[in-house]
Amino acid sequence: MTGEKFVKPIKPKVDINKVNTHIIPFEFEYFEPRTIKEAIELLTKYGSEAKILAGGTDLIVRMKQRFIEPKYVINIKKIKELCFIEDRGDYLAIGAATKLREIEKSGIVKRKFTALYEAVRSMAGVQIRNMATIGGNLCNASPAADTAPPLLVFEAKLKIVGPDGERIVPINEFFLGPGKTVLQPNELLAEIQIPYQPENTGSAFIKIARVAMDLAKVNVAVALRAEDGIIKWVKIALGAVAPTPIRAYRTEEFLVGKEFNEENLKKAAEVVKTEVKPITDIRSTAEYRREVSGVIVKDALLKAYERVYKG
Amino acid sequence: MGKVIRFKLNGRPVSIYVEDNELLLNVLREKLGVISPKYGCGIGECGACTVLIDGEPVLSCLTLAIEVDGKEVTTAEGLAKDSELDIVQRAFIEEGAIQCGYCIPGFILMAKKLLEDNPDPDEDYIREYIRGNLCRCTGYVNIVRAIKRAAEELKFHVSRVKQTQ
Repeated sequence: MTGEKFVKPIKPKVDINKVNTHIIPFEFEYFEPRTIKEAIELLTKYGSEAKILAGGTDLIVRMKQRFIEPKYVINIKKIKELCFIEDRGDYLAIGAATKLREIEKSGIVKRKFTALYEAVRSMAGVQIRNMATIGGNLCNASPAADTAPPLLVFEAKLKIVGPDGERIVPINEFFLGPGKTVLQPNELLAEIQIPYQPENTGSAFIKIARVAMDLAKVNVAVALRAEDGIIKWVKIALGAVAPTPIRAYRTEEFLVGKEFNEENLKKAAEVVKTEVKPITDIRSTAEYRREVSGVIVKDALLKAYERVYKG
Repeated sequence: MGKVIRFKLNGRPVSIYVEDNELLLNVLREKLGVISPKYGCGIGECGACTVLIDGEPVLSCLTLAIEVDGKEVTTAEGLAKDSELDIVQRAFIEEGAIQCGYCIPGFILMAKKLLEDNPDPDEDYIREYIRGNLCRCTGYVNIVRAIKRAAEELKFHVSRVKQTQ
């Protein structure tokens, strides 16, 4: 006998009956800087005792549950230099405190960065998208962050500002682990720069979740260019299948130069399954995540390929 | 520390002292007696606490009260003109879209904003738009019907106003 395998029941981290989500059950000091400079000064002064409040849809929830108890809360929503969507010629710049709802309403995002548009549209509901910001989604560094895979396939760059000036970090180097990024306690994510892609690029985003409002079990973004049915260039990124959102480099390598057909897509789906390292948690199991990764990568490739030709 | 904030609540200026850590929902309900926004889940999943800030629907249970200084807040209480209900409110009553009623203030504000964004919504658009609001009586069919009815009546209303001009 090989011994019976019992599936261990998965306990959620928080017992919903034991937390109070009516109030924020501790005191903190609140700041409302008007410029990036002011915000950095506050961050430099208070360091890791301070938390940045952008949309609040994650931060306030975690404060209510006492996962975090910052002594200082710095609201960056009133900093105008952080709220914009701007065409800069080579790239589109989005301010870190720009609301998801504004991004979804932007015609240029919908036309040029379809995968990002689809990702934002897939997130929560209208009220949350009116509050939540793109910078907040990235800085929380959830492995399931929906804006991460599209930004990974478009190879976005992040402008980070600190007391000694600014630095640019490619998004694939930004995430370090669940809830961890390269941001220092005195630094602020200021903007996201997304390079424009050539005309013959198609992109798509697909997410598997229980219901429309839920966080992803798995999400994937794909961007690709093809000529005469041959894949010339392809980027694939997945979320919720590893400690950080990841690029599927080996799958990309496998596909480049290949004909776009059913057989190659099937093979690519197999490669993806070897690249993801999912875990079992309250949202899904490792086995399901692995299996479905292959399926949605294939679907996303098909969708993106159609868009190469139909725009 | 806290401070005195000034904002417009349903068209009327309000000034009130709030603590740094107070939530808008609690200030509205407990300090200002505006009780149409409801506490549902407290974590941003149910939409019962929806209010409009500067015309945009947001969740008041995840908004610090101190942030609304200088803004305009609208709740379901602010929709009726004099003693006449808003078209959206009437449509909800006429379609029987209300069972226990707990979620309805949130739905009504969403419907109001939805019709502003799109005066001619189809069912998919409506369901997509209200997906952030839960109704545990599961009265969605009637709610969707009420929003469609409000859209029809609004169109009729607009065309009548045009005719009389």
